[in-house]
Amino acid sequence: MTTMTIAKAINEGLRATLGANPKSLLMGEDIGPLGGVYRVTDGLIGEFGPDRVVDTPLAESGIIGTAIGLALSGYRPVCEIQFDGFVFPGFNQITTQLAKMHSRSNGNLTVPVVIRIPYGGGIGSIEHHSESPEALFAHTAGLRIITPSNPHDAYWMIQQAVDCQDPVIVFEPKRRYWLKGEVDTTSPGASADPFKAHVLREGTDATVVVYGPLVPVALAAANAAAEDGHSVEVIDLRSISPIDFDTVTASVKKTGRLIVAHEAPTFGGIGGEIAARISERAFHSLEAPVIRVGGFHMPYPVAKVEEDYLPDIDRILEALDRALSY
Amino acid sequence: MGTHLPSTEFDGTAVDDQREADAEAVLGAPPAHMVQLLGPDGTLGSDPVFSKYAAKLTPDVLRGLYADMAAIRRFDVEATALQRQGQLALWVPLTGQEAAQIGSGRASQPQDYIFPTYREHGVALTRNVDLAELLRQFRGVSNGGWNPKDTNFHLYTLVLAAQTPHAVGYAMGIQRDQKLAAAAGNAAALPKAAVMAYFGDGASSEGDVHESMVFASSYNAPVVFFCQNNHWAISVPSNVQTRVPLSNRAKGYGFPGIRVDGNDVIAVHAVTEWALEHARQGHGPVLIEAFTYRVGAHTTADDPTKYRPSSEEDAWRAKDPLARLEIHLRAEGMADDDFFAKVKADGDDLAAYVRRTTHDLETPDIRTAFANTYVEAHPLVAEELAWFEEYSAGFAGPDESGSPAAAKAGH
Repeated sequence: MTTMTIAKAINEGLRATLGANPKSLLMGEDIGPLGGVYRVTDGLIGEFGPDRVVDTPLAESGIIGTAIGLALSGYRPVCEIQFDGFVFPGFNQITTQLAKMHSRSNGNLTVPVVIRIPYGGGIGSIEHHSESPEALFAHTAGLRIITPSNPHDAYWMIQQAVDCQDPVIVFEPKRRYWLKGEVDTTSPGASADPFKAHVLREGTDATVVVYGPLVPVALAAANAAAEDGHSVEVIDLRSISPIDFDTVTASVKKTGRLIVAHEAPTFGGIGGEIAARISERAFHSLEAPVIRVGGFHMPYPVAKVEEDYLPDIDRILEALDRALSY
Repeated sequence: MGTHLPSTEFDGTAVDDQREADAEAVLGAPPAHMVQLLGPDGTLGSDPVFSKYAAKLTPDVLRGLYADMAAIRRFDVEATALQRQGQLALWVPLTGQEAAQIGSGRASQPQDYIFPTYREHGVALTRNVDLAELLRQFRGVSNGGWNPKDTNFHLYTLVLAAQTPHAVGYAMGIQRDQKLAAAAGNAAALPKAAVMAYFGDGASSEGDVHESMVFASSYNAPVVFFCQNNHWAISVPSNVQTRVPLSNRAKGYGFPGIRVDGNDVIAVHAVTEWALEHARQGHGPVLIEAFTYRVGAHTTADDPTKYRPSSEEDAWRAKDPLARLEIHLRAEGMADDDFFAKVKADGDDLAAYVRRTTHDLETPDIRTAFANTYVEAHPLVAEELAWFEEYSAGFAGPDESGSPAAAKAGH
C-alpha cells in the first residue's frame, strides 16, 4: 500500500500503462514538459519521449479525430481534454465517429480510445472550467463512462480503460485531484471491474447514490445523519455507462428510499435515469419517491455563487428528510 | 511545387473564367497553375515535373484506366436506375469525376490506406471493394458494407470531413509502426505506406479539414489530402467555400499544394503518384486539388436545375474524362473498336452483376445491431436484447417465426 493523491495515482496508472503496452500513447494540450494543467502527466514525456506523450495542437476535434485514426491503426491513445467545458469542439468526433465506428463497421473495426476529462466545480474557476457534461455522453450508445472517487480506483481505472476494447471516457473529479488515499499497486482487489458500483457504507434507512466528486460529500452526510439516528447506505456508482443497476436495486430493496446526487443539472441527468430504472425494478420496495439532488437548470454559475449551486452535505440531508417524511 | 508548372488552361466555362479573375483580384497575382497533361482534345502535353510519371504509364495501364472509368460510369448509371426502381433509398452519383477517382486510386499501393467521403465509388473500384457491397449502405442494410481491413479502403463517412483527422491519425500510426520496426531491427520488412484522405470543396470549409492539416503538418505525417473540387456542394458553388484556389491553402500549412485537371486521368495519376511517394519517403503531407465537375445531381434527391444553368453542365461535358482518353488511345493506336466494344460489354456484365446482387443483399437481423454496439459485454444491451426476445416471442404462434414484423404482417 502506498499513499498518494488521485492526480498522482492517475499519473502512476498512466506510467504503468505506457510501460506495459508499447502501443499506448498519451495525447493532449500541454501534457508534455508542463505535465498538463493539473500535472497529471508530470514527468511522463521524459520517460517515454514525445512519440508516446504527444503535445498536440490546440484543437480538440483534431485530438479525438487523430486518436480514432491511431486506434484504427492499432494504437491505444489516451487523450486529455484540458477542461470539461472544452470537450465540445470534439463532441462531433466523439458522438458521430468514435461511438459508432464498431457498430457501423458491423463489428470489423474497434476504436479503443480513452478520453480523460477533468470535470466538476468547486474550484472557484472561470466559465467553462467547472461543468459536468457526463449525461450528454451517457446518452450516446457505444461509449463507456467511468469516474473514480479515490486514488486506488483512479490508479486502476485508467489502466482498465486503456485495456478495454470499447471507447472509454474517464471523468476525473478535478476538485479531488489532491485527495489522498491508499493505493495497492499490486492488485485492484475489489476494484477489478470498473463498471461495478461499490457500497461504501452500509445502512438501512435510505440509499444515497453518488459518483466522483460528491462521494466524500455523501459519506459526510451519512455521518451527520447517523448522529440524528438515521442509517444511510452510500453507493459510489463508479461507472456512469453502463450503470450497475443490480447493486443499486439490491440496496433500495433493503432501505426503501433512494437519493441520487450529482453536480450536473438534474433535468435530463443521470439521476433521472436511475430514478426511472429503480421505479421499474424496485417499485414495491420504495417507501418514497426517488429524490434527485443536483445542479439547477442554468449555465454553471459564476464562482462566487457556486456554493449555492453545488450539492453539499445539507442539500443531501434535506433530501433525506424529505425521503424519510413519506 | 508550383513555380514552374504550365499556365492554366481554362478552356471551359465562363463561370470558371470569372472565378479565376476573382481569385486574381483577391490574391493580387494569378491564381494557382493547373497541371494538365491530356487536354480535352486528346493531345498529350508536357510538364517539367510530372511528364516523367506519365511516361511510366504503359499502353496496358492506360487501357486499364479507361476500362476502370467506363466501368464505374456504367455502375453509376445502374445504381441510379436501382434507386429509381426503389431498390436503393438514395444514390450519390459520381459521373464527371471518374478521372479524379480512378487516376488517384490507381496511383495508390496496397499498403496505403484510403479514407473516402461517400462519393468515391471509383476509388473503391481501384481498391477491389465489391461494388455490390458498396450498395449496402444505400439499400439500408448496413451503415458500412465492407471490411476495411480487407482492402485498406475505409468506410464511407457521411459527417463531412470527419474522416480527415482519422487519416492523419492513421498516418501518425504508420510513423510509429516504422519506428517500432526500426527499433526491432526489421524496418526493411515493413513497406513504406501513406494515407489518402478524400474530401470535396464543400467539406474544405469544415473545421476538421483545418485541424487535420495542422496536425499533419506539425507531425510531418505521411498523408495526401485529395480534394475533389467538383464545383458544387449540393447547391452552393465553390466560390462560397473559397475565393482562391483550394490548393493555395496548403501554403499556409507549410506543405505542397497542387492543382490538377481532375478530368485528366493521366495528370491525376502522375500527381498522386508523386504525392504518395513524397509522403511515403517521409517528406510530409501534400494537398491535391482535383479540378473537376459533378455533371449529375448531388444525390438522387437533388435537382440541379434549381441552382445552375444546363449550359454549365454542357461546357463541362465537353471536357469529359473518358472521351479525351478515348481520342488519345485511338490516335496513338493503343486501342481499337474491339477494345471499346469489350469495355462496353464488361460494363454491362458489371451492371447485371450489381443488379442481381443488390436484390439479394440480405436484410440484417436487429440482433446484430445489439451485438455490435460494444465490443465487450454490456449489461444494458443484454437487458434490452432479452426484453426484445421476450417481446418477439410473444408474437409467435405455432407456425410463425417469432419476429414482430412477421407477426404483424400476418394480421
